[in-house]
Amino acid sequence: MTGQPRKFDPEAATPYFAGRGHSGWLGLRYSDHGDDWVELELPWREDLLGDNGQRVLASGPILSLMDMASGMAIWRAMDDFTAIATLDLRVDYVRPAREGASVFGRSQCYRVTRSAAFVRGLAHDGDADDPVAHIQAVFMKIDSAAPLVTHD
Amino acid sequence: MTEMSDANALTPYAASLGISLERWEGGAPVMAVEFDETVEGRPQHYHGGATGGLLESAGYAILRSELDRIGRKALLKPINITVQYLAAGKNRTSYAKGRITKLGRRSANITVEAWQDDPARPIATAVMNVLVADTDV
Repeated sequence: MTGQPRKFDPEAATPYFAGRGHSGWLGLRYSDHGDDWVELELPWREDLLGDNGQRVLASGPILSLMDMASGMAIWRAMDDFTAIATLDLRVDYVRPAREGASVFGRSQCYRVTRSAAFVRGLAHDGDADDPVAHIQAVFMKIDSAAPLVTHD
Repeated sequence: MTEMSDANALTPYAASLGISLERWEGGAPVMAVEFDETVEGRPQHYHGGATGGLLESAGYAILRSELDRIGRKALLKPINITVQYLAAGKNRTSYAKGRITKLGRRSANITVEAWQDDPARPIATAVMNVLVADTDV
């Protein structure tokens, strides 16, 4: 698949997604991508801190970062920009992110079926070999998953 | 230090996202977030991350209020969360309420449900494990 022109370009698409809505509010930026993975950057922000009066990034923004990177990894792997919805997302927070550091979310789409897409990934704060979180998620394609995602 | 004040102490992240304490229900805080651009994913729908943030905040709120009720001072650190997305979050207010399944010496297991119009029809649920590190030993 490498070398063939692709219809979904994560670098070109990120400003479109991050220019509005929740991703825009978080200030997500493009970082890197491959054939079946995408990495986005969540810049450090004072108003995204979590509990305890500690200067540690809250866990919620990491969940959002990984949800977005996972969706884009799926579009990249399918090479098709179709509507998808998160079905199940698990995040293991293995250590706090360093104060003042950007957090990078890298997600890989390792399997796409007719109705579902499976991803796994990690979040790190500069060294991908020392992650702050690991994730696993399943997304549904909306057309083939209508009973699941459109409740009414 | 009342139960109210502690659960009211939102994290900077939750406050910035627009999450607030809506009411108390059976001793549990109900958290809410109004639909606006900061929570929007695909047009007129909640971003999965924003729904997850609401669930997490409700999970921490019930845990904080219970720790306060029993007079236990502790630092809370996230271990993990698993979110199930059951229905699309539409362009209206979302609510979430947590329940402590187990509060142990070192960790807590919490389940949370989020809904919009009808609590009996959740749009998302979560299971969270939170590290509870006592600070008054």
